[in-house]
Amino acid sequence: MDKKIGSAKRQSRIRDFIVNGALLLICLIWTIPTLGLLVSSFRSRDDIATSGWWTIFPHREWVMTEKIVPPPADQQDRDQPMTFAGVTGTFEELREGVEQDGKRVVWIGNKRLGTVEVQEYKWITNANFTLENYENVLSGKRYQIVQGDGSVKEEQGDDLSGAFLNSLTVTIPATVIPILIAAFAAYGFAWMKFPGRKILFTLVVALLVVPLQIALVPILRDYVKLDLNGTFLAIWLAHTGFGLPLATYLLYNYISSLPRDILESAFIDGASHFTIFHSLILPLSVPALASFAIFQFLWVWNDYLVALIFVGSKPNVQVLTMRLADMVGSRGADWHLLTAGAFVSMILPLTVFFSLQRYFVRGMMAGSVKG
Amino acid sequence: MEQSMKPDGMEPRTSSLLDWFTSTIGRILISLFVPFVTFIVLWQGFLFLRDSEAPKLVIALVAIVWGVGGVAILYVVSNWLIEQLPSQWVRRLQPFVFVGPAVAILAWYLAIPTIRTFWISLFNADSSQFVGIQNYLDIFTKRFMIEAFRNNLLWMVIGTSFSVSLGLLIAVLADRSKFESIGKSLIFLPMAISFVGAGIIWNFIYEVRQAGDPQIGLLNAIWVGLGGQPQAWTALLQPWNNLFLILIMVWLQTGYGMVLFSAAIKGIPGELLEAARVDGANEIQIFFKIMIPYIMGTIITVSTTMVIFTLKIFDVVLVMTGGQFGTEVIATQFYRQYFSNRNFGLGSAIAVVLLIAVIPVMVYNLRQFSKQETF
Repeated sequence: MDKKIGSAKRQSRIRDFIVNGALLLICLIWTIPTLGLLVSSFRSRDDIATSGWWTIFPHREWVMTEKIVPPPADQQDRDQPMTFAGVTGTFEELREGVEQDGKRVVWIGNKRLGTVEVQEYKWITNANFTLENYENVLSGKRYQIVQGDGSVKEEQGDDLSGAFLNSLTVTIPATVIPILIAAFAAYGFAWMKFPGRKILFTLVVALLVVPLQIALVPILRDYVKLDLNGTFLAIWLAHTGFGLPLATYLLYNYISSLPRDILESAFIDGASHFTIFHSLILPLSVPALASFAIFQFLWVWNDYLVALIFVGSKPNVQVLTMRLADMVGSRGADWHLLTAGAFVSMILPLTVFFSLQRYFVRGMMAGSVKG
Repeated sequence: MEQSMKPDGMEPRTSSLLDWFTSTIGRILISLFVPFVTFIVLWQGFLFLRDSEAPKLVIALVAIVWGVGGVAILYVVSNWLIEQLPSQWVRRLQPFVFVGPAVAILAWYLAIPTIRTFWISLFNADSSQFVGIQNYLDIFTKRFMIEAFRNNLLWMVIGTSFSVSLGLLIAVLADRSKFESIGKSLIFLPMAISFVGAGIIWNFIYEVRQAGDPQIGLLNAIWVGLGGQPQAWTALLQPWNNLFLILIMVWLQTGYGMVLFSAAIKGIPGELLEAARVDGANEIQIFFKIMIPYIMGTIITVSTTMVIFTLKIFDVVLVMTGGQFGTEVIATQFYRQYFSNRNFGLGSAIAVVLLIAVIPVMVYNLRQFSKQETF
């Protein structure tokens, strides 16, 4: 009997080990992409271009310890084996690198005008960090960079701080406005009687999964007619329209489940619908409002399509996602700028996400599926 | 949910007719004056935001206050206006103050555009000539559309199955681990990242350098380390290069399924699992014979959501490849036809096809809704 319990214990320990190991592995795979971006955004332009970001961790690599200038070609027969730092080899062997006693001798360059490097296999880290990338992408001013050959090149900053501000200006109202409108509507649907109530709410449910592509074309035409294109109002209203079915639906589910007695006693005290709404229902609905607010916030902040179509090319209204997508096109190889820029765009949603994760999960449980 | 309680006639009855007359006139004047002032203030705000050269920070602050405050004021003013009326009119009209704006916006932004887009889709490229269903015939015969459909199918099948099954696997693992909450947070984290940001993250992983140069992209570094030749992952071997884009979506969206599955698994009664273990079922049998059937509803919900999500996939393709190398999908074709080629008819027809594809889900939602007896 004792033996059996012991083996069961060992079995469960093995199981725990496998479970935790597998989970750790998956989490590692999931985290590495973001980690690579974060690390790279702090590395200098040259470091990123010449070595992988993972070389910031201690690793072994051949490092040059001595540089030898071989005697001129007319004093040395380079078709014969040659000896440098005690290592002998033909030119071809030296080109590949000859290893001996823990060091490596390598011929760099061509046969006539080459130099010789003596290298050692050492533990090193490539951990030089800088904030320069962030300074350059955030500012809209011109700045200078010294290139590898010593020449100076002038670059235009990407003005991501301006785009960040635009993103905020788009996102905050585009989050609050639909919530306000949806809360009023949800209260109306839940606690008021009026003709067409059922039909109108059926409309809300039907619109839940309608893809927003269906609306872009006609709305854009309206905006052009009204001269609204490229204004904040245009994009707030668009996000309001596209977020409203879900907002109304979620808030209706919440508000209609509040206990009737509270409302009835308020009516008996002579309060109007409006008073009840703003002093009773809104405070009681904070959890539901917060859940949806996080969803809408992340959705608007991360949106690219709606901004692309309703903001278009107007530079003073451009949001972060658009600036970044432009940078991918125009600076595809400037990884020091792209990584810093991407992180600038992620910092706020990640903060919101981590501080309000509880509400986010709750909103998802309530069926937050956007059309 | 019905409600019948109402605040009843709260206006005091005045005895003198003259008093009543002047107060009514005054009330009408104020009723006209207040909305007028509101309108002027909001309009001035709009003009300021459109034309001002003020510093960005000032504009941002004014815009936020104007937008959020404006909507709140509109509600307060229109409600105040309604409440000036006799009480039976208040009762009749107030619901429309509450519900009206939402319905108006839904109608303008979603309901009516559906019909308008369908109408535009029956016309030619510049909407000058009626062509009937020609655009729809084009959609299902033109090669670039067939390619987009094929790729979308890859997205829907592979993207959905991978993110659902991975989410399920992680949920089960996390449920038995001591590190449940931190593990789940890490998997969940990418959900806060935009597709544009994720595009940059993964473009960097897929970065390719010439053979012999140090590889700075993680995938090629591993690949070369294993003895391979550096590859341009998103440009080669069509249509399988789509998989490298789908991977990004799996990375972003697995957390969604994981959270829902995790909650569903916690809802399985402990006695059920215990009974199965006593009967000698091993963990794999428990997983397939008890857990999966028990949380089938959640699996279907998550899968449906993922299918709809992948159907509309757009940003990631545009940022990663711009639709080149045979990676175009339906939503990017919509964008290309409408905004690059200015083919309004075909673009609209593609949008209608997207809508038709989600109609089964819409019907399901409506049926679920009409089953609710509370409404």
